[in-house]
Amino acid sequence: MDNIDKKLLTIIQDNFPICSRPYKEIGKKLGISEEEIIRRVSKFKDEGIIRRIGGVFDSRKLKYKSTLCAMEVPEEKLADVVSIVNSYTGVTHNYLRQHDYNLWFTLITSSENKLKETIKEIEEKTGFKVYELPARKLFKIKVNFYVPGLEEGEKDFVK
Amino acid sequence: MLSELDKALIRKLQEDLPVHPQPFKIIAEQLGMSEEQVLKKVKEFKEKGYIRRMGAALRHRRMGLKANPMIIWQVPSEKVEEVGQKLASFPQVTHCYERPMLPKLPYNIYTMIHAETEEQCFQLAKEMSQVVGIENYRLLFSEKEFKKTSMRYFVEE
Repeated sequence: MDNIDKKLLTIIQDNFPICSRPYKEIGKKLGISEEEIIRRVSKFKDEGIIRRIGGVFDSRKLKYKSTLCAMEVPEEKLADVVSIVNSYTGVTHNYLRQHDYNLWFTLITSSENKLKETIKEIEEKTGFKVYELPARKLFKIKVNFYVPGLEEGEKDFVK
Repeated sequence: MLSELDKALIRKLQEDLPVHPQPFKIIAEQLGMSEEQVLKKVKEFKEKGYIRRMGAALRHRRMGLKANPMIIWQVPSEKVEEVGQKLASFPQVTHCYERPMLPKLPYNIYTMIHAETEEQCFQLAKEMSQVVGIENYRLLFSEKEFKKTSMRYFVEE
């Protein structure tokens, strides 16, 4: 990954231009052609570094309800529980973490009722309790990441 | 209120934009809209805050950010506001929430960070701890990723 790649990844994370020729715009910022940008972006997609390009929506603004859930699942039951939990569209992230509460997932649904129902259903299907950790207060949410290896002074070039 | 066309556009935008010189034109054609209409709507969604961010979702693990702990903090209720603000101000913190305490996990502020190594995370957690004056915290590293997707709204199950 060269320096242009790193800058490209930084820009494309949250400054994807909303215009007719977005890749041409990005190219102007980086001093390379539209074709070259498209070639590099395609490569990142093939390699799996870019998962998708699109909009990240604010669930609260769209009137959806979300929560964080934790479960305590014995290791031998983990695979079964994971496949049940992952089968829900509203489960977007699911991780194994180092604690007695070892399974941590986020759940987003279209209403508070649906949230309760889904949690109850997961408990019934798996036989384990789901601990709910709804956000009482949001201090920060920022879903773009810094690209490792970009020099300190270079991180500001997109502003 | 969102119209049916708004929702159809949101469904498109939560998929993967085609890697094509004019991606919004392609979406517009699929929805029977003009490219100008789509661009205007997308800008409007962004201004209204429906779209928090427009761009690429990366697999941070593949970029070398392999250490992804939740750092959880036990904070006295009267200090939650102050400590929450201070923790959120660290650029490495991507998420910061107040959450209820659990029986076996009596911590009430949750922060997420992403770094290249576990050592970097411990070091950062220590710095954060010193800044906010909270000594009771722990790092819960993710050992395995079972699912990571983007939410798809207005797709009824």
